[in-house]
Amino acid sequence: MATTVIPFGPQHPVLPEPVHLTLKVEDEIVKEAIPALGYVHRGLEKLAEIRDYHQMIQVCERVCGICSMIHAVCYSQAIEELMEVEVPKRAEMLRVIWSELHRTHSHLLWLGLFADAFGFESLFMQFWKVRERIMDINEATTGSRVIVSVNVIGGVRADLSPEQIRWILGEIDIVEKEVRALQDTIMNDYTVKARTVGVGVLSKENAYLLGAAGPTLRGSGVAQDMRMLGYGGYSELDFEPVVETSGDCWARSTVRFRETLQSIDLVRQAIAKLPEGELAAKVKGNPPEGEVYMRVEQPRGECVYYIKGNGTKHLDRLRIRTPTFANIPPLLAMLPGCELADVPVIVLAIDPCISCTER
Amino acid sequence: MKGKVINVTTDTVVGEVMKMKNDGHRLVTFSTYQVDEDGLGILYHFDKNLETTHLRLTVKRDAPIPSVSGVYFAALLVENEIRDQWDVKFDGLVLDFNRTLYLDPEVTQVPLVSNVKIEPKK
Repeated sequence: MATTVIPFGPQHPVLPEPVHLTLKVEDEIVKEAIPALGYVHRGLEKLAEIRDYHQMIQVCERVCGICSMIHAVCYSQAIEELMEVEVPKRAEMLRVIWSELHRTHSHLLWLGLFADAFGFESLFMQFWKVRERIMDINEATTGSRVIVSVNVIGGVRADLSPEQIRWILGEIDIVEKEVRALQDTIMNDYTVKARTVGVGVLSKENAYLLGAAGPTLRGSGVAQDMRMLGYGGYSELDFEPVVETSGDCWARSTVRFRETLQSIDLVRQAIAKLPEGELAAKVKGNPPEGEVYMRVEQPRGECVYYIKGNGTKHLDRLRIRTPTFANIPPLLAMLPGCELADVPVIVLAIDPCISCTER
Repeated sequence: MKGKVINVTTDTVVGEVMKMKNDGHRLVTFSTYQVDEDGLGILYHFDKNLETTHLRLTVKRDAPIPSVSGVYFAALLVENEIRDQWDVKFDGLVLDFNRTLYLDPEVTQVPLVSNVKIEPKK
């Protein structure tokens, strides 16, 4: 049978950001997929050579808009470990609250995009409508909807007043109710299941060996989530990773849906355990020196920062491994054997963030 | 740095990575850093049950490095990225983008190494 080569991307209706796949297709079945990256690479790691280690927080926030808070947390924790800075408990818990709000809005954004990818536009609008409440909380508590920029080395620079906390609890109650109202549709609707069940299957063994991260890994039955490390305030919260076992697009979607509810619960827990105290520790001593390897859980999965400091205000090396980068090899394993019409759904099911990947 | 660090050489790196795989470790990623003017350090990060192990390889930047993409397929993107950004070669890379994973063919400056020029791709 003749092989046809079909370019997928870099501009495609399901891709908010550019990535290219060369698909080798026989009849309507994909036989091979080869990726091409680099359309929007920004070289942010290189900026560590000319921005000082405090300024790099703002650079790291811009690795990704959708999970900017968690990038900043990862970077800050790495520098704090190198400089042996003890972060106040209140700051740690505030970081958890804003991180979980970020995860909630990221998953709601993705659930909407995913619904749009298989043509369910009203579901797309419903998820994005719910998401607006989270964006309003971000704006009201930090001054910005997306890049909240509250982290400093040693803690945070914004606080939550008792009035804001009461308002947030009321808002997330509404968000939970509205998300639960969509549960039956995203998990059980006939048309959704027809496009997602048994599509893009990634076995547990392959997910692990190919280095999958986040919901892509947990959707294949591997119970691994970096929040299990107990970094920051997570050690004081009741947390179990969300796992599904079927390894298909439905499983990855269901993991994200359940994690949205879990994040709302974590926000409530963190607020309940929010101690009084300082917002940030004073940072004293010499600039960071030595090596540190830090991992946190982003909405898309495990995010890794490797930092090498030389005792000056400029870092020797900042290396960032984002979860989408880790999920591309598993994607290349999912695509062969699928129908061409399923490619957009499978690609979107890893929640590709090319901004992160091309940091 | 948290986690166990094992030093490896270009002769032993593939064998050590194979051992990690057989022992049930997941390859997380590599990190690369400059050691001196022409020396390069590579850390291979592995995870097993949330415990981290690092293999540390130190090489001259102009010497080829054995690819581990035959052991862990996931290594292919990281090795191509390192090739783009540090102008090092990997022997046995299963899918070699020939220094164009991130870089445009006409690029002549190595992004993460100062004062090193490379030939543009034809």
